[in-house]
Amino acid sequence: MRRVISVIVNDQMGVLNRITGLFLRRGFNIDSITVGKTEKPGLSRITIVVHVDDERTNEQILKQLHKQIDVIKVVDITNHPSVERELAMIKVLSPVQRRAELTNLIEPFRASIIDVSLESVTIQATGNPEKIEALIELLQPYGIKELVRTGVTAITRGSSEREREMRHKHESLSVL
Amino acid sequence: MSTKMQTEATAAPSGKINGAHILVEALKAEGVEVIFGYPGGAVLTIYDALYDAGIRHVLTRHEQGAIHAAEGYARVTGKTGVVIATSGPGITNMITGLTDAMMDSLPLVVISGQVNTNVMGTDAFQEAPTVGITMPITKHNYQVTSTRDLPRIIKEAFHIAGTGRPGPVLIDIPKNITNELDTFEYPEKVFLRGYQPTVVPNRMQIQKIAEAIKEAKKPVILAGAGVLHARAHRELKAFVERVKIPVVNTLLGLGSFPGSHPLFLGMGGMHGTYAANMALYEADLIINFGARFDDRLTGNLEHFAKFAKVAHVDIDPAEIGKVVDTDIPVVGDAREALKMLLEEELVPGDTAEWLNHLEELKRNYPLWYKEDGKTLKPQRLMEIIYELTQGDAVITTDVGQHQMWAAQYYSFEEPHRWVTSGGLGTMGFGFPSAIGAQIGAPDKMVVAIVGDAGFQMTMQELAVLKDYNLPIKVVIVNNHALGMVRQWQELFYNQRYSESLIPNQPDYVKLAESYGIKGLTAQNEEEARKALTEAFSTPGAVLVDCRVTPFENVFPMVAPGKGIHEMEGVKP
Ligand SMILES: Cc1ncc(C[n+]2csc(CCOP(=O)(O)OP(=O)(O)O)c2C)c(N)n1
Repeated sequence: MRRVISVIVNDQMGVLNRITGLFLRRGFNIDSITVGKTEKPGLSRITIVVHVDDERTNEQILKQLHKQIDVIKVVDITNHPSVERELAMIKVLSPVQRRAELTNLIEPFRASIIDVSLESVTIQATGNPEKIEALIELLQPYGIKELVRTGVTAITRGSSEREREMRHKHESLSVL
Repeated sequence: MSTKMQTEATAAPSGKINGAHILVEALKAEGVEVIFGYPGGAVLTIYDALYDAGIRHVLTRHEQGAIHAAEGYARVTGKTGVVIATSGPGITNMITGLTDAMMDSLPLVVISGQVNTNVMGTDAFQEAPTVGITMPITKHNYQVTSTRDLPRIIKEAFHIAGTGRPGPVLIDIPKNITNELDTFEYPEKVFLRGYQPTVVPNRMQIQKIAEAIKEAKKPVILAGAGVLHARAHRELKAFVERVKIPVVNTLLGLGSFPGSHPLFLGMGGMHGTYAANMALYEADLIINFGARFDDRLTGNLEHFAKFAKVAHVDIDPAEIGKVVDTDIPVVGDAREALKMLLEEELVPGDTAEWLNHLEELKRNYPLWYKEDGKTLKPQRLMEIIYELTQGDAVITTDVGQHQMWAAQYYSFEEPHRWVTSGGLGTMGFGFPSAIGAQIGAPDKMVVAIVGDAGFQMTMQELAVLKDYNLPIKVVIVNNHALGMVRQWQELFYNQRYSESLIPNQPDYVKLAESYGIKGLTAQNEEEARKALTEAFSTPGAVLVDCRVTPFENVFPMVAPGKGIHEMEGVKP
């Protein structure tokens, strides 16, 4: 099953290493990982997407992450109402005469062309991973020369951090 | 240049001292009484500050010896062991010890030297990527980048090492940081947002255990090293006597419950007693205090706790549910948990039949070995050591057959007398750890029970005995083999003894004598008794080379892949 884990960490030297090292050491496979600063100075948010076989593995991942001294908070937001986004840039072979067709094709995805050259265009798209996948599939027949994806970052909807924290506390109490 | 800096340091009018002196002052503030270490270029300024600091320093002959000594010290005292190594090869020589301490939850603060910050990352002389290398084998580690940060980091390091689930913390200090001047102010408190171990358990969970006890007909307690770390042996005994539930120890939990207690079933696991393993197998309730369900204990997980409700008390939430499904998870310190349990109304269930059954197993399937009237049986050797020390010694071991025999035949009545490498299974641990154990417990008899192969991995530390007048008794259980490897080859590889026999051995008596200590040998029981009596009544260090029955095997045994109820060799 796919899990999206949001981790708040101290913005310290080597902290990303600690997290990825932990995944390596425990044999958990990372699908994608993104890092960035948060609204609070000194804290970064890491969003990790993993595929796990069972609930036990998922629980181990959360607990092992939590055990790291530089980890302030770990939340599995898979089942929280949340928004997931990813950015992709796709360089597609495109002779000049097919460009209009391409523009029409990507329109519903609200993707845009951000760079053009004689034989190719670069398309930028943001959205949840399924949307990106769908777009990639559509572009496949044109010939994808290069593809870069940022990996997923995610934010929970609506209610405040604090509210969620309380809820999470409650949930973890029932586990522990 | 550094000489100049030191002169400045001691004479600094501004009240400023160099980083090395800051480190030393911080160690003093932490009450550190002994450091185990080995100098080198990157830590020269630190050693200069130690020169007249008034903190005892033990110079081992290899960095591995230093860190194992610190582990032994931590194990018997419960205090944090402090170690210093230089950059590069110094700290890489400590990797085994760090991993060992991590696996067995021993509190250590390890100071490693590092090259100057301006050359870090350039493959400078004796540069190793220490923080990167040690990240997965430390509870936490620090790269110091400014002298300013040193006091806070040292304070945090001791806090992290010694609280929650203990473990090793490494501080990597570049040489220039130890030279630079700053004022020394030691913080009173630590503030670590990401580190707040849960010590006091949730009462609801404790009550669930009390409920489960009421209903259980076949309850058993599994007591691990967590009980020892929490100093909860008294509470455990009081609890056991109230609820009348028999106790199984893990290898590292030995000593957390008196070995002679009628409710003690012995050690569980691969070479545990039949009664202990059958109790774990048949139980309808397992209450685990501070054990991590290691695979050497559980055997094949498919058969483990098959019929049991499992309650697991652990200070580390990540251990709960890691390998065994847990019905009653309790996060917290074992002592707090036991204290809270003792406040509950505790009503033992209907367990008379169960207790009778286990009593019978104990009686019918005791540990056994066959005397041959000629050779020195290693099991008998353990019994003699037990008898002559009246069970009151601190015992350290290497890893292998002798370790299992010591665990089986030396009965521990008191906590913190058993020093062995469990999780990592580190050969060469026994002798250096005895050095730290003796320093931590100067009034105790310390006996290092070592294998002939394991001893040869760290025997250079013999030099330390004379240096510091440590009256350690080294007992070599000499079977001229890598015994445990040989046993597995006998049992599972058609007796093809590939690289496991070592007929040529040093003359250990001469070896001991060359290091200025007494050496004795024993070939049979009578000689062993005589030699050990002499060794134990000699004031100084003595080495006794005991030639034991070759090709003796450790039994009973749960073969790899088998369930703990499928023990072999339970009867002669
Ligand atoms: C550093 C290290 N290398 C290898 C092993 C694998 N190993 C486990 S027991 C053993 C044999 C130990 O022989 P010895 O020290 O003579 O003890 P015995 O088993 O004979 O009592 C070996 C090689 C180990 N545990 N540690």
